[in-house]
Amino acid sequence: MKNSKLSIFVKGLIKENPVLVLVLGTCPTLATTTMAKNGLGMGLAATLVLVCSNMAISALRKIIPDKVRIPCYITVIAGFVSVVQMLVKAYARDLDSALGIFLPLIVVNCIILGRAEMFASKNNIVDSALDGLGMGLGFTLALVAMGSIREIFGAGQWFGMNIPVLYDYHLSIMTLAPGGFFVFGCLIALVNKVTSGRAIKKKSFSCAGCPNAKACLGEESGKEDEE
Amino acid sequence: MKQLVIILMSAVLVNNFVLSKFMGICPFLGVSKKLDSAMGMSVAVIFVMLMATAATWPIYTYLLLPNHLAYLQTVVFILVIAALVQLVEIILKKYVPALHKSLGVYLPLITTNCAVLGVTILNIDEEYNFIQSMVNSLGAGLGFMLAMFLFSGVRSKMESCEPLKSFDGLPITLIAASIVSVSFMGFAGVVEGMFK
Repeated sequence: MKNSKLSIFVKGLIKENPVLVLVLGTCPTLATTTMAKNGLGMGLAATLVLVCSNMAISALRKIIPDKVRIPCYITVIAGFVSVVQMLVKAYARDLDSALGIFLPLIVVNCIILGRAEMFASKNNIVDSALDGLGMGLGFTLALVAMGSIREIFGAGQWFGMNIPVLYDYHLSIMTLAPGGFFVFGCLIALVNKVTSGRAIKKKSFSCAGCPNAKACLGEESGKEDEE
Repeated sequence: MKQLVIILMSAVLVNNFVLSKFMGICPFLGVSKKLDSAMGMSVAVIFVMLMATAATWPIYTYLLLPNHLAYLQTVVFILVIAALVQLVEIILKKYVPALHKSLGVYLPLITTNCAVLGVTILNIDEEYNFIQSMVNSLGAGLGFMLAMFLFSGVRSKMESCEPLKSFDGLPITLIAASIVSVSFMGFAGVVEGMFK
């Protein structure tokens, strides 16, 4: 029993890492990783929302009618995002200006809605909280890794500390938009190489790979059956 | 007028939503495989962006702001967008079935597209008035279309190449996106220079 709880938590970190294996939440991954610090902040904010929304949705899973579940989930998530937004505005002003628009955009992060749909709506509160924590930390881990790479090569710094040789020869393009796409592509290729293609092969990337799309399309076909 | 042109051009080229602001990456990578579906998705996005701005800007300015409810922005906007998309879908299905057939598949996907929510929040953050907001949304949508259009061309060329095995699929697509994004960096000074 204890083992299964642990495995729920651990699978989000590496085996089903939301960014590098499931390829969800690509927008904030690319946009907020110009520095390791911003990646860490974004990851922790999303983790907080993910844990809270997973718990709330899991607690409400028997009350929410199946037909309107997606709007209900979005409302719950948007509520927690507003809370996090106000907390960050009050206690971490630097982070607020660094993340900018991507803080409210946590609402439409596929990871959170995806976990609500795929996990929290079917499991009890404790499991859902653990799943949210694991997935959130996996997201944070990936963002910090990507932020570190971009900061080290792009600015010659790491969490604001100068790195001797690289600081003199930094490639600013790594912190700009093209560097984001490039580093993300290379990281996924690395995951492919390490797992010899097993990790991503089963989910070829398209709209079908996104749990939102499945939910949207599922709803759609459901309606058509009715008529 | 000059200011509106500047807003439009900078939203389309300089601050392209997909390639420099990283919004709407999911459809950009997911639906850009074929030109037809890329165009269908882009038209649907432009349509919903304009509708969403037309609905959210007055709600924020005349309803939330005077009642000191600005902190409800995120919740209200996402619900308005979700309701709007559903409504548009129902209306199209009933009265314009031809259009529904070509856009219908993409509409539900757009609710959770961060570009739509992003543009409505940005309009408020930048303190644009109603006309400026609409122009900015149009620019964002056209920029999305341009990026989708260019990238679907790049991807159709990529089909015939054989990258390293571990780069096959998504990684090589991201690297191609990186190169397309470099080309958009060339537009950096265009808008400032336009009226000199």
